[in-house]
Amino acid sequence: MDIQEIVRQVLRELEQKMPLPEEAPVPNNTEDVIYFSEERFKDVENAKNIAMIERAQSITPARIGIGRTGTRMRTGSYLQFLADHAAAQDAVLKDVGEEFLQQIKLPKLETKAQDMKTYLMDLDAGRQLSTQSVEYLRTHGDKGKSVQIIVCDGLSSSAVEANVSDLLPALIQGLKLKNISVAQPFFIQRSRVWVQDEVAKIVDCDLVISLIGERPGLNTDESLSAYMVYRPTEKTVEADRTVISNIHREGLTPVEAGAYLSDVIEQMLLAKCTGVAFARRKNAHM
Amino acid sequence: MKLSCMVKGTFYTFSSVREVLAKASEAKSGDVMARIAATSSLERVAAKIVLSELQLKDIYEHPVIPYELDDVTRLIYDDISETIYKNIQHWTVGELRNYILARDTKADQLLKLSRGLTSEMIAAVAKLMSSLDLVLASQKMRYQAHCNTTIGEPGRLAFRCQPNHPNDLPEGILYSIKEGLSYGAGDAVIGINPNIDTAESVKALLTLSHEFMEKWQIPTQNCVLAHITTQMEALRQGAPVSLMFQSLAGTQKGNEAFGISKEMIDEGYDLMSRYGTSAGPNFMYFETGQGSEVSLNAAHEVDMQTLEARTYGYARHWKPFMVNNVSGFIGPETLYDGRQLIRADLEDMFMGKLHGLPMGIAPTYTNHMDADQNDQEIAGILTAVGGANFYMGVPGGDDVMLNYQDTSYHDDASLRELLGLRPLREFEKWMENMGLMEDGKLTKWAGDLSIFD
Repeated sequence: MDIQEIVRQVLRELEQKMPLPEEAPVPNNTEDVIYFSEERFKDVENAKNIAMIERAQSITPARIGIGRTGTRMRTGSYLQFLADHAAAQDAVLKDVGEEFLQQIKLPKLETKAQDMKTYLMDLDAGRQLSTQSVEYLRTHGDKGKSVQIIVCDGLSSSAVEANVSDLLPALIQGLKLKNISVAQPFFIQRSRVWVQDEVAKIVDCDLVISLIGERPGLNTDESLSAYMVYRPTEKTVEADRTVISNIHREGLTPVEAGAYLSDVIEQMLLAKCTGVAFARRKNAHM
Repeated sequence: MKLSCMVKGTFYTFSSVREVLAKASEAKSGDVMARIAATSSLERVAAKIVLSELQLKDIYEHPVIPYELDDVTRLIYDDISETIYKNIQHWTVGELRNYILARDTKADQLLKLSRGLTSEMIAAVAKLMSSLDLVLASQKMRYQAHCNTTIGEPGRLAFRCQPNHPNDLPEGILYSIKEGLSYGAGDAVIGINPNIDTAESVKALLTLSHEFMEKWQIPTQNCVLAHITTQMEALRQGAPVSLMFQSLAGTQKGNEAFGISKEMIDEGYDLMSRYGTSAGPNFMYFETGQGSEVSLNAAHEVDMQTLEARTYGYARHWKPFMVNNVSGFIGPETLYDGRQLIRADLEDMFMGKLHGLPMGIAPTYTNHMDADQNDQEIAGILTAVGGANFYMGVPGGDDVMLNYQDTSYHDDASLRELLGLRPLREFEKWMENMGLMEDGKLTKWAGDLSIFD
């Protein structure tokens, strides 16, 4: 059996194991329906200060103040964990909607990952543009601008849909106010971070920023990261990239992130570097 | 050196020690992605047979990445005992396995042996071992280290309290610290992963955790798991650090991708011994895991497990307080499912211990892997039986900043109760004083963060 065949077999198994759920219609008589709590359970027995536990749960999404039975989780919290895990697993397999892309006016490019399964199992496929997309970018991309923004689904389409319509205008606005030139942004389907190197090379920008969906967590599947790299080459390594993560409603909000990123990008363009080199310069100047 | 074999009527031949090591590895998706894995079950066994007959000197003379090209190789070779190696160089890998598993071979002999083994030899022997082999052998080896507390004593199991918050909110982090401590998690370290990697922000979190430890007189260490350069800068600016963290890889190229070098870690160690707040002599906390090199294009066609062993060979140079294995953190392209994850955890614990390291295990999974809580708990129980020094402690097992699952405060307390293990000595006394523990069992106050009012 050759390697391609093994990969295909693994992918077939993956497909069989994780079918997307079908939704049943909600019945009219809702008295018979269990509405499972989305809030954390407050199951600490004889808590010394219940107000403190309420306060704790209100300011962190971490699973605290949930109590225990013996040393184990109580039934409600355990089921909540299972439900969150199930939802997160399903979220990985969804694509960003076409309608959404039209709404925010982003042309769509693709990588060499033809389907979601290849994308998950083969890093290289998601790191390279397809031949057609290379052609498209060569013809339609804005060349020689300071900043190229790309939007990538990464491992969560929900993160793109939840954040980009606020984040993208805030970021572009911020950069334009600083007189930094910005190329036409693109969406790249089934793409990983390193695809930014190829894009930067084609459009000849100074800095490329990828707004990319993070792997879904139990708490949220809407978390987005921004990866920035200055003039990437073949020698570029992970430590040359700067990442700002946890952009979502409960983390760094998308509008705040847009403003913050435009400030950081301005500094990077001045320093002509990103990653550890940029962090060291910044810390040294503090 | 024989690189061919005939098995069940089929002839197999391999071109290098590196290829034998890769093909003898248990099936893992990262090696398939790198196109170096065995392509059939019988080829895998043929590679194991060839590997079992290789002498240790064959492996010594053929490091998977040449000495001249890679500083991880150099550090591993420069640190081993030539005398001990010379005494065992003619052993085959199969004989090494028999020696490790023999009842008469005890901890002291294994520690001595360890000083004469290169990381590739340790990876090799693990490839000839089953789950129970790995657990049995791991149980024989237990290494202690001291920072503020002593980790690794027999009968004790420690935890890192991992109180992360999606945007580093100090009050939120404090509540998660309180919750963790009330379950007895935090004797290994109170270790915060920061979302914002700047010296200023890292210093603030170090100060927060340090002041909390002072206020409640908690015998442990604090750490903020930023890039080592950020921690060094914070330390220079006067931040209270008792343990310094860094992720490591098993190739020079991998470490360059992490933005680190040997000189940089030397500098960090030196700064800690002069400006850190802890007693030492073990000041470092390293994290490792199978698959980081292949996902960074830094694997040189070497299998993930062998590279993980080399990471331990590199790590042991700095006599760390903790080495935490996080195989499973990356995703299905490196470890596809629960079965591959459990195998990796067992290999890593054994290989770390055979390097003489104070090993802990983080049986972790991400939501795009075909693994779940059941797999994670099995890995936790097996490695606890094998004598891991510590685990992580994450609220409800759900890290809300890093987006992955790890052992929970509940799991930590359960592993202790299940195996009759106790917290680290100094920390157990503190828990007793706080009314959280009696005779090694949690009291009714445990699990209530509001006792720290």
